[in-house]
Amino acid sequence: MNNTSQNTNPKENNCTWKRFVAWVNGEEALTLPKHCISEKVEKSEKSKVRKNWEETAELRQKIYRILSIVICLSIIVMLLITVKELPPFGSSTNPASNEVVERYIESGLEETGAVNIVAGMILDYRAFDTFGESAVLFLAVMCVVILMRRDSNNISAEEDQEIAEDEEFEKEDSNIILKQIAAFIVPLIFLFGIYVILNGHLSPGGGFSGGAIVGAGLILYSIAFGHEKVRTFFTFRTFTKISVSCLLTYCAAKGYSFFTGANHLHSIIPKGTPGNILSSGLILPLNICVGMIVACTMYGFYALFTKGDI
Amino acid sequence: MHVNFIHNIPFFSIFLAMFSGIITPFIKNGKYAQRVNSAMILIVGIMSAILFLNVTATGESFTFMMGHFPAPWGNELRAGPFEALMAITFSVVIWLTLAGGRTFIFEDVLSEKQNLFFIVVNLLFASMLALIYTNDVFTGYVFIEINTIASCALVMSKGKGESIVATIHYLIISLLGSGLFLMGLSLLYDITGHLLMPSIQQSIFKLMQTGEYQLPFMVVVGFIVLGLSIKSALFPFHSMLPGAYQAATPSVSGILSGLVLKSYIILLIKIFYCVFSIDIIHSLKVTNVLFIFGVCGMVMGSVYALREVKIKRMLAYSSVAQIGYIFMGLGLGTHVGVIAACFHILAHAVTKAMLFVCTGGLVDVSDKKDQIRNMRGAAHKNLIAGIAFTVGALSMVGVPLFAGFVSKIYFATASLYSPGKMAATLITLAISMILNAMYFIPSVIAIWSLPTEKIERAPVEPWFAFSMICFIVLNFALGIFYKPVIRILELGIGLLS
Amino acid sequence: MTQLIINHYEAAAVILFGIGFMNLLLQNNLIKKFIGLNIMDTAVYLFLAAKGYITGRIAPIVVDGILDVEHYINPVPSGLVLTGIVVSVSVTAFSLALVQRLYKSYGTLDMDKIMSMARKEEEE
Repeated sequence: MNNTSQNTNPKENNCTWKRFVAWVNGEEALTLPKHCISEKVEKSEKSKVRKNWEETAELRQKIYRILSIVICLSIIVMLLITVKELPPFGSSTNPASNEVVERYIESGLEETGAVNIVAGMILDYRAFDTFGESAVLFLAVMCVVILMRRDSNNISAEEDQEIAEDEEFEKEDSNIILKQIAAFIVPLIFLFGIYVILNGHLSPGGGFSGGAIVGAGLILYSIAFGHEKVRTFFTFRTFTKISVSCLLTYCAAKGYSFFTGANHLHSIIPKGTPGNILSSGLILPLNICVGMIVACTMYGFYALFTKGDI
Repeated sequence: MHVNFIHNIPFFSIFLAMFSGIITPFIKNGKYAQRVNSAMILIVGIMSAILFLNVTATGESFTFMMGHFPAPWGNELRAGPFEALMAITFSVVIWLTLAGGRTFIFEDVLSEKQNLFFIVVNLLFASMLALIYTNDVFTGYVFIEINTIASCALVMSKGKGESIVATIHYLIISLLGSGLFLMGLSLLYDITGHLLMPSIQQSIFKLMQTGEYQLPFMVVVGFIVLGLSIKSALFPFHSMLPGAYQAATPSVSGILSGLVLKSYIILLIKIFYCVFSIDIIHSLKVTNVLFIFGVCGMVMGSVYALREVKIKRMLAYSSVAQIGYIFMGLGLGTHVGVIAACFHILAHAVTKAMLFVCTGGLVDVSDKKDQIRNMRGAAHKNLIAGIAFTVGALSMVGVPLFAGFVSKIYFATASLYSPGKMAATLITLAISMILNAMYFIPSVIAIWSLPTEKIERAPVEPWFAFSMICFIVLNFALGIFYKPVIRILELGIGLLS
Repeated sequence: MTQLIINHYEAAAVILFGIGFMNLLLQNNLIKKFIGLNIMDTAVYLFLAAKGYITGRIAPIVVDGILDVEHYINPVPSGLVLTGIVVSVSVTAFSLALVQRLYKSYGTLDMDKIMSMARKEEEE
């Protein structure tokens, strides 16, 4: 490449050779502007490139914006044209109403024991997806722990002081209205959340929604009575223990169910009478597990975001 | 009742990886977490090897019912020679990468967060296995999200400002991709009414016969292909790679570049064959579009790499070029092209993971400075890393006897079967090989040139040396005994359709 | 056009999807970027929910022992939406944690500023 031009002009040749040597040594990239490189030029050359880069930043920004607007608008238009062609809304003859739905509805009650067909579908027919979903939640909370739990990378004296001030403020602050209302309403929230979790297979709701309600109750409790109070019964250790053991139970139960199902073995899990609270095989325990994981996770997010610890 | 152990292997592998990920928070010490992780990967690797031997001997693939309900009602896994080969490669490469880079991991990740790092690695491995084995597009979506979050979490594991900026960039682009993929899936469900790959394919055949929903179908193909190519960093969407690989610890860069990007491509190949069928893809001209982007990626990736003075960024751009190769192979639109692409997936996984780990060793002996000019003589200080880097570079350039050479030959051969694209393929292959040589050879010369000061040999880390030797052997094995691998890929790809 | 009016839920969903997509690409403020992402996800859920609905039928929870397909809407999209929501909650939590860490180290939420600061840091 560069060697071909070696014997054209002695001066230029020398220059090219220097560049080539510099490039071989990894001191200079090959495609930078064609300049002879001496030690000093190299530096100014670099800053010049950077300056150029900064000058064109605005232009590049503009091009990027215009391009993205064009892309987004064309996506919208394309999708609208697609929607025009799709099966009509609310029709009972569209392709999605097929044998799959038929079996879910007609035999769902008998095969899964769940009155709530959606619960039966996500926790029994398509349970692998739901297991993956719980794993996503677990992974997300672990990532938030990596990021937010205080360590030597994200700690600063300023922040420590802020948190200390906050705690001081919490102690002094006697927000009587909030405390009174919270004292009355938090048990109700817990009760409702537990009701939603336990009735997941009978009525709308289930582990995720119920868990989110319980988690919201915990957050309210923490806001009203202070973080320290929650810490008396809910620390990082309890948080890990509860969520990990629930997820392990989930994993083991579903593993057993998949294993027996796939190998056509007899499963020892009774289905119960549909409609009763103790029915529908694994769905109730799974809902409880998911509920506990979600409750811990929601509170965990709150605590990690505000205090950097649980 | 008789239990067929072989058929349970995909399920066991995924659940074992998940299980070890879930149990790791109980292990407070990072060292023990690492042992659990490597034991798990070993077991999965051995199981995949058993599965592999079995399916190649019978020459058949099978589906595995996840639960009590058969095909269109429950979830399903699918395994055949293709899946088993990929699972073995992924286990071997991830194990060697983590073993080779373990000192860097323990240096870079804070000691109280090392066990969390291994949770993420375990779940990432589980999700990659699930993407390889899944036979259901929605399961694919869920595990794509696990893959995304886990890979971002690995990028940020150093916990410094720079790595978090890289992570957020990586996250945003990945999320764009998964959003498009999800939209495509919803539309696909709407016109076919199924989520399981074989059932969707049957519905699509019916739609093709009746001629209904042609336009929505094209949009679906577009969205799914676009989403997955954004996630696998096809050329114009590659901007997140250099920062992320620069900021992450060497093993993580190796895993991300060698495996994570590939897992999306494997899912794409499975979707091409098991959902859309390759003929329909070909008739929709999707292959031509992929071909063009692949060719652009091959050239542009190398051109960007030439401009880099930092070694990890250079390797990142080289990955962009290699992803371009793979998409070019898919874009040829023939079985031969796809087989060449699959072989390149293997070759690149083995080579790039090694390159990133040994770069970690080389940077380590050059006062932690990663500009190529600071690495003069690094190979003399860490001999095994230098040899590994040289092998990797030669393989990437495409020197005979190395893995990279075989895939390039196969790309060239494959192009003979697609007349319109032959000239373009051959010319770009030649250009890209020259460009590869132009950026790899100088760095090899730089690390082997004698420094002015006295050479101090760094102590040899046994795990690092072991992993590098294994990688070198693997590279030669793929480069010399490629025939059986190609035959198995032919068998596997044939069984997919 | 009439078809578009019949499918107005889907039409609204895809417009929202586009808006979310645009936000994700164009907003410089990281929080707004992730709000855009959430709009995008929600649009997909609206789309799925609309696709599951069948006129005149009720939610798929068995009442009075009626087990007839003609009586209930399609339960599959509801299940997909449930799974999708959890995924999007997780992704949002993770990305907001990242944003908070970035704010701590750089003192701004502007993506461009953060990028240029990070680049300068790297060059030094």
